[in-house]
Amino acid sequence: EKTRRALNTDIRDLFKDEGRLVDDEFLGELFAKLIRTDMGAGPAEELRDDVAKRFRGRKVGLDEVLESITAQTQAMLRQDAAPLNLAGKPSVILVVGVNGSGKTTSIGKLSHYLTSHGKKIVLGAGDTFRAAAVEQLTIWSQRIGCDIVTGKQGADPASVAFQTVDKAIETGADVAIIDTAGRLQTQSNLMQELDKIRRVVGKKVEDAPHEVLLVLDATAGQNAISQAKGFSDAAGCTGIILAKLDGSARGGVILPIRRQFELPVKFVGLGESIEDIAEFDADSFATALFAD
Amino acid sequence: MFDSLSDGLQSAFKSLRGKGKLTEGNMREGLEIVQRSLLEADVSYPVVQEFMGHVSERALGKKVLLSLRPEQELVRIVHDELVSILGPVDPSIHLKKDGATIIMLCGLQGSGKTTTCGKLAQLLIEQKIKPTLVAADLQRPAAIEQLKVIGEQLGVPVYSETDNKNPVQVCKNGVAKAEAEGSRVVILDTAGRLAIDEELMAELARIDKKVGPDQVYLVVDGMTGQDAVNSADAFNKSLELDGVVMTKLDGDARGGALLSVKHVTGVPIKFIGTGEHFDALEPFRPEGMAGRILQMGDIVAAAAEAHRIVDEKE
Ligand SMILES: Nc1nc2c(ncn2[C@@H]2O[C@H](COP(=O)(O)OP(=O)(O)OP(=O)(O)O)[C@@H](O)[C@H]2O)c(=O)[nH]1
Ligand SMILES: Nc1nc2c(ncn2[C@@H]2O[C@H](COP(=O)(O)OP(=O)(O)OP(=O)(O)O)[C@@H](O)[C@H]2O)c(=O)[nH]1
Ligand SMILES: [Mg+2]
Ligand SMILES: [Mg+2]
Repeated sequence: EKTRRALNTDIRDLFKDEGRLVDDEFLGELFAKLIRTDMGAGPAEELRDDVAKRFRGRKVGLDEVLESITAQTQAMLRQDAAPLNLAGKPSVILVVGVNGSGKTTSIGKLSHYLTSHGKKIVLGAGDTFRAAAVEQLTIWSQRIGCDIVTGKQGADPASVAFQTVDKAIETGADVAIIDTAGRLQTQSNLMQELDKIRRVVGKKVEDAPHEVLLVLDATAGQNAISQAKGFSDAAGCTGIILAKLDGSARGGVILPIRRQFELPVKFVGLGESIEDIAEFDADSFATALFAD
Repeated sequence: MFDSLSDGLQSAFKSLRGKGKLTEGNMREGLEIVQRSLLEADVSYPVVQEFMGHVSERALGKKVLLSLRPEQELVRIVHDELVSILGPVDPSIHLKKDGATIIMLCGLQGSGKTTTCGKLAQLLIEQKIKPTLVAADLQRPAAIEQLKVIGEQLGVPVYSETDNKNPVQVCKNGVAKAEAEGSRVVILDTAGRLAIDEELMAELARIDKKVGPDQVYLVVDGMTGQDAVNSADAFNKSLELDGVVMTKLDGDARGGALLSVKHVTGVPIKFIGTGEHFDALEPFRPEGMAGRILQMGDIVAAAAEAHRIVDEKE
């Protein structure tokens, strides 16, 4: 197998005069492309060194090499199908993440997505801290046409969560989605608050929360790894929504995250409008990672 | 792998302890470790490369003090270079002598613009100046409401229009009203936008042209990765920035994107945001930031101490 592949490539090289020598300069360019995705120095070094081992001193095209790296990355990112766990009656989804990553907007888009799949939603405005966070989620609930449970500014988020689940039960809704205030994974008091929300909803509905979705900002760099760790430890995350993937940032940090944690990426955010959400697809994600 | 960068560096320079000069050969491994550290801190790759070039130039041929270990000398050079690139320091809001000074905040979605409006207002209030805030984000749901709440909490006026869909007009009207009322400072809160969103970037340029803010600050999320070079460059090209504010540095992000932003824009870094409350705004200090990005504080401190002792002896 190996020799045949090597042979094939060698023959191709003969006919391809625009091919480039795999030397330090080439490997440097490749490294730049890998780093640019935010995958981090470790994974980028590995991929580069692998290319060096296979091709050094030979002539190949950068495109060709990228193609092979894309295939490798696709394999790394491929995950078992990770549909939302909607087995609860109602199912409870808790949405967490650092400040400004895109939680509230993702909830709006996810609700629309679920509504169009025939689900009845209730939203819970669990961010009782940030100015006008409640109003923001209320506008989303109006766009979707679903119920929303709100508390006063400064109210206990766990009690809002509790009432949201109550409301879902009362109205026969399929899914309760609870927004939370942005917080940094280093703020241990605020991280404990998430655990409290978990416990409170767990008392109300068996196995709740059924999903704890961590919203990561695709423009984030290596700190997203610390976010994945901190939020998983404190809130038992079950999946990732990668928001803001419509910009020029690539979101490659999910590579090391996927490697280190059992956290499937479930959705990607592709804009600020209600339709701008899609199920995560490892193959197209990896392709976009290295595209120009 | 080494437990810490310091261990890695010490090992890289084992053979060189306490003698001779820094040469290309003996620095290579150490430079690689520094480079990797900067990448892990999210400094953009092209910026890292250029930076490492400067550092090795400065370090080449440098005699290593007898009392100093070579890795200490190298890290000292790296640290000094970081400090000098991140500077100069200018953490004040320049106010015009007459008339209202207009400050415009811009940046990517969710970077912290609206919150920073509140923080700047608080800073001005402490200087006995009552600014007017203008709600020019007509995109994000409840953005106007958010700024109104902030204005109420701080006791400063917020100008907004409910039905106007044109942020250029809102800004013009807001500035006119604030000036008529004798406000000395007007702060424009603009909508978050992607640097590749040509339409919205053009809109920002129109505000810049028609309203003529005196100070335009780019608000950058401290957790930003490699893309910082692209977005900062795009904002700077559309607008000619006057300053940068980096937010969310109260967590464990190393904030290397700041080096990228500084590199491509060249404008001074004004403040850093260290929390969600209005008082969580600090004047920017290059030394602190260099230490945070590099995370080799122990080596930097040891090197400084060794130099101090040598200086004293001489
Ligand atoms: N371009 C783009 N913008 C997004 C996306 N998701 C969210 N945003 C924008 O990012 C900004 C922050 O989004 P929010 O949903 O308020 O983020 P959050 O995590 O709830 O923020 P906090 O509650 O303050 O922590 C808003 O301007 C959103 O419109 C996305 O997928 N693409
Ligand atoms: N921890 C921390 N949070 C911050 C800081 N600055 C802003 N935030 C939070 O970040 C989130 C987003 O802040 P906003 O001020 O709404 O950001 P924005 O840039 O106006 O967002 P858009 O208008 O949607 O583009 C909010 O939850 C803020 O409380 C900071 O320095 N530290
Ligand atoms: Mg929110
Ligand atoms: Mg805003």
